[in-house]
Amino acid sequence: MRRAGVVALNTFREAVRDRVLYNLVFFALLMIAASVAVGQISIGIEQTVIVSLGLSAISVIGLLISIFLGVALVSKEMDKRTLYTLLAKPVRRSEFLLGKFAGLVLTLAVNTAAMAMGLLLAMLYVKHSLERSDTVVLVAVYFILLKLALIVALALLFSCFTTPLLAILFTVGLYSAGLYVQELRNLPIEVMSPPMSAFTKWLSYLLPNFENFNVMAMAAHGRVVPGALILQNTLYAVVYCTIVLTAAAAVFSRRNLK
Amino acid sequence: MPDPAIEIENLTKEYPFGFLHLKKRTSLEGLSMQVEMGDVFGFIGPNGAGKSTTIKLLMGLIFPTAGSARILGKPISDVEMHGDIGYLPEQPYFYDYLTAAEVLDYFARFHDLTAADRKDRVDRMLRKVGLETARKIQLRKYSKGMLQRVGLAQAILHDPKVVILDEPMSGLDPVGRREVRDIILELKKDGKTVMFSTHILSDAETLCDRVGVIVGGKLRGVGAPGTLVDMKTLGMEILFELTGTANVPLLSKATRTGDCYRLQVPEEELYAAIEQLRGAGAHILSVSQVKATLEEFFMNLVEADRAQGAAVEVSGQ
Ligand SMILES: Nc1ncnc2c1ncn2[C@@H]1O[C@H](COP(=O)(O)OP(=O)(O)O)[C@@H](O)[C@H]1O
Ligand SMILES: [Mg+2]
Repeated sequence: MRRAGVVALNTFREAVRDRVLYNLVFFALLMIAASVAVGQISIGIEQTVIVSLGLSAISVIGLLISIFLGVALVSKEMDKRTLYTLLAKPVRRSEFLLGKFAGLVLTLAVNTAAMAMGLLLAMLYVKHSLERSDTVVLVAVYFILLKLALIVALALLFSCFTTPLLAILFTVGLYSAGLYVQELRNLPIEVMSPPMSAFTKWLSYLLPNFENFNVMAMAAHGRVVPGALILQNTLYAVVYCTIVLTAAAAVFSRRNLK
Repeated sequence: MPDPAIEIENLTKEYPFGFLHLKKRTSLEGLSMQVEMGDVFGFIGPNGAGKSTTIKLLMGLIFPTAGSARILGKPISDVEMHGDIGYLPEQPYFYDYLTAAEVLDYFARFHDLTAADRKDRVDRMLRKVGLETARKIQLRKYSKGMLQRVGLAQAILHDPKVVILDEPMSGLDPVGRREVRDIILELKKDGKTVMFSTHILSDAETLCDRVGVIVGGKLRGVGAPGTLVDMKTLGMEILFELTGTANVPLLSKATRTGDCYRLQVPEEELYAAIEQLRGAGAHILSVSQVKATLEEFFMNLVEADRAQGAAVEVSGQ
């Protein structure tokens, strides 16, 4: 665990020294600022516009970072052969993976927090004060972060057994599929053939379910997110990430480096 | 008799290739050998012989198709024993966003060291490999030779019992090579076991207690360097200065550059040749041994191999 922590902190340090990341966060803040201008045109619904646009910006930038950096976490260390010296230290491959994952999630947490701060400032600028109900925005940001952690885990898993480009495609594919899991579950499986219905059912449980992580509409209208949903999403993310990372470790532990 | 530092048994590595990975190329075939505690062991062979493959197998970076190996009595799959091993990869590369001091500190954190001990060791290592003035520079600005030095520093940072170096001299200038030699000898003096690979015969000869010769994935012999037959000297080279022309028959065999001559003679004729040259008023600049080049050495091995249809026995004692 301590050794995974060492890897995590170095992964975070790498991100801190990466200019691309600052540009992305800056871009998100720019979008939030722009939404203030748009919100002022649409009188009466400023809050809705700013929160929706702001959360979308945070989510999109977060997705970009988690998919691209998530895939690069391991593949870059293999390509550049920085892994050779590291794995010659007393560190297990699973510890390395866990550290890489934790480091990027930490990076995402800091970035997302910075962008959320920008969003709150924008809201403060428009409304001149923040109310208690505005904490729903923070919950929405927290859910985005959980979603991003899931995506990082998936990107990491794919990068352990395929090329970076394919890993990116798989991650994007799975993310897109995960947006429609609820529809899949709502399909009338009674009318399908038994193998088809079994397949659909399994698939709907296997795919990451991102539906519950999207509370943008609630946040935009200042509605309260139930505590049970917060707990449920947290648990879901923890369990899903654990399973995916375990699979990644199993694959990676058998992999021959170049 | 203590346990050997490194024991390799029938280690084999095949790489699949071609369509659907159906074909296999054997990079290492049934390697069995031992490196004794406290020895400096040279692993020599031409490019593509399987040296790096063997070392990567030992470090658990790749996995054997067959066979096994133990280091300090522990199976190579045991990552914990890496605390007692130092490893320098071939053409090492490090996180280029870190400085030399940062990368060494990072690696030191995987060993159980206090913060003060860590700092002290990093400073000492940087001094040892001659990088203390460059310690605050990001590694992206480092030359190949400097990276090689960082690699060496991280390999010995934690005071390991066994040090495995893959081509430690490559990418270094003569001064650097000299320093690496000194470091290896120092490790030996401290009772460490060193195994290093090289394709440069003279490096192995001057440093090693024992060498193993590998060609085409097969071990061709193990023994003290002097006992490997084809490594004997081819003769002596005399470098001398001679102004004007003198009537010395030997001169016709020498190659001339200005007033400088280079002459190669068999070892037993050395003194006669020197006397002749002295008599003619030549000024002797240097006398050195001429060794078979590695190519010749290995070509002999490969040819003999073909002729006999079997592995050549080059082992010494
Ligand atoms: N990842 C790999 N895939 C396929 N073949 C490889 C791989 N790594 C090494 N080889 C082959 O194995 C042989 C031995 O390589 P190597 O151990 O690197 O040689 P050396 O270090 O002695 O120069 C070479 O023929 C090389 O082409
Ligand atoms: Mg090599």
